[in-house]
Amino acid sequence: MLHRQRDFAEAMSPDPTMERKTAIDVAGVVKRFGHGPAAVVALKDVSLAIRDNEFFTLLGPSGCGKTTLLRILAGFEAVSEGAVSLYGENIAGLPANRRSVNTVFQHYALFPHMTVAENVAYGPQRLGRPVKEIAETVARMLQLVKMEKFAERRPAQLSGGQQQRVALARALAPHPKVLLLDEPLSALDLKLRQAMRAELKQLQRATGITFVFVTHDQEEALSMSDRIAVMSEGEVQQIGTPTEIYEYPANRFVASFIGDANFIVAQIDGITGGMAKCRSVRGLSFTLAAAPGGKPGDKVTLFLRPEKVRIEAPGDAGLAGMIQTMEYLGQSIFYQVDIGEDSPLIVAGRNRDDGGTPYKTGDRVSLVIGADALRMLVA
Amino acid sequence: MPEFRNVGEVRGLRSTAYGFMAFLYLPIIILILYSFNSGSLVMVWSGFGLNWYAKAFGNADIQRAALNSLIVATVATALATVIATLAALVMTRGGPFRGRGASLTMISLPLMVPEIVTAVAMLIVFAGTGLSLGLGNVIIAHVTFCIPFAFMPIRARLEGMDTTLEQASADLYGSDWATFRYVTLPILMPGILAGAMLSFVISLDDFIITMMVAGAGSTTLPVYIYSMIRQGVTPEVNAVSSLLLLASVLLVTLYWLVTRNRAAATA
Amino acid sequence: MIASARTPALRRLLGLLPALVVIGLFMLVPVAIMALYSFLEANPFGGVVWRFSPEAYVQFLFERDLADNLVFQSGYLIIILRSLGLAVLATILCLIVGFPIAYFIARQPARLRNIWIYLITIPFWTNQLVRTFAWIIILGRNGTIELPFRWLGLLGADDTLGLMYSDFAIVIGLIYAFIPIMVLPIYASLEKLDFRLVEASADLYSSTFETFRRVIIPLAKPGIVAGSILVFIPCLGAFIQPDLLGGGKKLMLGSLVQFQFATARNWPFGAAVAMILLTFVVLCLLWYAQAARRAGAQSGALAHA
Repeated sequence: MLHRQRDFAEAMSPDPTMERKTAIDVAGVVKRFGHGPAAVVALKDVSLAIRDNEFFTLLGPSGCGKTTLLRILAGFEAVSEGAVSLYGENIAGLPANRRSVNTVFQHYALFPHMTVAENVAYGPQRLGRPVKEIAETVARMLQLVKMEKFAERRPAQLSGGQQQRVALARALAPHPKVLLLDEPLSALDLKLRQAMRAELKQLQRATGITFVFVTHDQEEALSMSDRIAVMSEGEVQQIGTPTEIYEYPANRFVASFIGDANFIVAQIDGITGGMAKCRSVRGLSFTLAAAPGGKPGDKVTLFLRPEKVRIEAPGDAGLAGMIQTMEYLGQSIFYQVDIGEDSPLIVAGRNRDDGGTPYKTGDRVSLVIGADALRMLVA
Repeated sequence: MPEFRNVGEVRGLRSTAYGFMAFLYLPIIILILYSFNSGSLVMVWSGFGLNWYAKAFGNADIQRAALNSLIVATVATALATVIATLAALVMTRGGPFRGRGASLTMISLPLMVPEIVTAVAMLIVFAGTGLSLGLGNVIIAHVTFCIPFAFMPIRARLEGMDTTLEQASADLYGSDWATFRYVTLPILMPGILAGAMLSFVISLDDFIITMMVAGAGSTTLPVYIYSMIRQGVTPEVNAVSSLLLLASVLLVTLYWLVTRNRAAATA
Repeated sequence: MIASARTPALRRLLGLLPALVVIGLFMLVPVAIMALYSFLEANPFGGVVWRFSPEAYVQFLFERDLADNLVFQSGYLIIILRSLGLAVLATILCLIVGFPIAYFIARQPARLRNIWIYLITIPFWTNQLVRTFAWIIILGRNGTIELPFRWLGLLGADDTLGLMYSDFAIVIGLIYAFIPIMVLPIYASLEKLDFRLVEASADLYSSTFETFRRVIIPLAKPGIVAGSILVFIPCLGAFIQPDLLGGGKKLMLGSLVQFQFATARNWPFGAAVAMILLTFVVLCLLWYAQAARRAGAQSGALAHA
């Protein structure tokens, strides 16, 4: 039972037998802005390795340092300490125009005085590629992003989604080893954003280029990434596959930043056979898999996703509670259920098939929580 | 019941504004109207005629003064625009450095010091050093006071320019020079054009400083007009003045169109 | 970033040098030399004698009689006071007329606003000399204004309303020349004003007058201050208007400087007058910079000047 977490992680990672090269290695990177006591530390000792041909996402709230890290990879910022290498080559001192890394900018940064084709041709031209080859590349790239018909347009004549595609084509045209994407979908509206997710993922598969994607949107990160690094306050909180991050968050920050979560503060009463018996502040008791390193007497935080709780009519099984408020969201209903703890438990319930809501405010209910649904966070 | 008025609406404002426009433009219109007076007295209308324009065009002194004005304005504009562009690039892309504020104050000095003070200060130096380059003296003076006028729109354009464009160029393997040549300069061009037009207009219209530093033979059109006015008003002055007005209006209109289009170019 | 640290510094220097050298050599140094000249002795044939003398400044208040005694004379003091008075008057009138115009333009739809601003800038960029000359035609003897009076027989052939060559004519000329630079900064601050504030004020029972007094004018203050300074400084140093419309008899500081250099050939005295003019300007700018700093703490609205 203790290693179910690891089993699960291995089962989810794509083909563990294939050892892949490291595309980007970030080792002990510190970034300070300003000098002396007034300096702002944007990155505090960040280390991570991004694999070749991986869709890797840096996820975190604004100000967490994810964009700074991306700008360091692109060569727009120098590191204060630490090393960055690209396929084994140290690139910390290399200016942006000599790195085989291209960026899709947040607001695209398309050159307004050039046509779409000229924008896409810009990189290969600077690399001194032959004219004929450039023309072919431009045609292929525009075809790849389905923008062939717009080659002679100016960026100002394109919609946001079209500009997005041109920005992608432009950054891919020099065939970089790594493509950096700085919140490229944030300026698009919801529907387009969802459509672009699938396209980006497909584009990454088709080109075989390593993508490093920066976003603050957890849905984007979960839906596209091979692996995600969750960042907060200049530090990496957890690196893992989307499933690992969602199901086995390393700490309370990761658990609350991604998805909805209930937290119950408790103490370990005893552990038998990897299963811990915990008691909450208000005396409720739970049995769940013990986290590695957890000992009896430890204060722990229990964490529970709202959708993993079954809500039933009052009975002997489960936790007794009363519905305080409910929030109707169309496809589901969020109940806040008073279980005698300091804060109510948030539980997601389904609507009835006929569209009615099965419970209403003030109803007494029973909450059934499986042992597998509860997780223990030591931190 | 009191009459309904929109919030903040003040009655009579529109007619005040039209009256103000009349105040701004009527003198100019009257000046131009009198230039078509065929008689020899400005104030006495003796019928429509273009004879004063003909006379002005045929006046060798006016021709020389106009040519001087054009030479001075062209050379001064070219020099001032190049100098101002370099300075604006340093100010907006050079990062923070010591003496930045002082440099900015220095560049805007000609805007702050009253023209007559600049004029006599330059006169003292030219006379004191015996520097006598003919039209060259006038050009030096004009370059000096045109620099801030060229500088302002160029700096504004650079400040309004999205710096991620330059980063995008570097990201796409553009060297510093390539980035400047293919990205910064083309986008900056309307700003440079605007700066050049402003400094051309300023140079063309300058009178006080030119009057002080211009030696014999370096008379420009405004200085010549001034001497004509002093000698007595004839419709010929109106004719020349109207032409000078027309030149300025055309240039300012061009400037206006160029700067207005920049919104479209960077959108 | 890896390039040696000297390179950006060198580039900065090369970029700024031409501008700084030109303005330094032909603007800053000349003004310094002018300051020096004001403390030298005048050469009766023009230029200076290189001997220290406070004579130029003494001359403002005193005259030497035949016995070489200093006798108080008020002539130059009056010129200074008249310059200040006329400049203040012109500035206030510009403000009174300019503010409503700026307010009117700020309330127009965006497309019309641009056209109004264009129409106001045009005269500013056209030749000041020529525009001042136009007022000679209007105000002068037999001019446009006197014309109807003559037709109606209210003015005899040899009579004149005497509009020209007066303080009145000078002030009109100054307003005409500089009112656009009063309107523009006020407009800039009014355009930024969130009009919902005006509605909020009305919603809270303010009359239009009270709204102006307590909301609009305080918020437009940066523009009002900037406009007033921008008008006051050139008015104080004006030469063309007193020269053409004041007939060279109603001198102001600017025309006095010109007169000393071009006609009287007393360069040290001319330089001293220029120094006094410059002192007023520097005081104005310092006061403005301080006001801007104080206002800057609240908002960055002064930047447009």
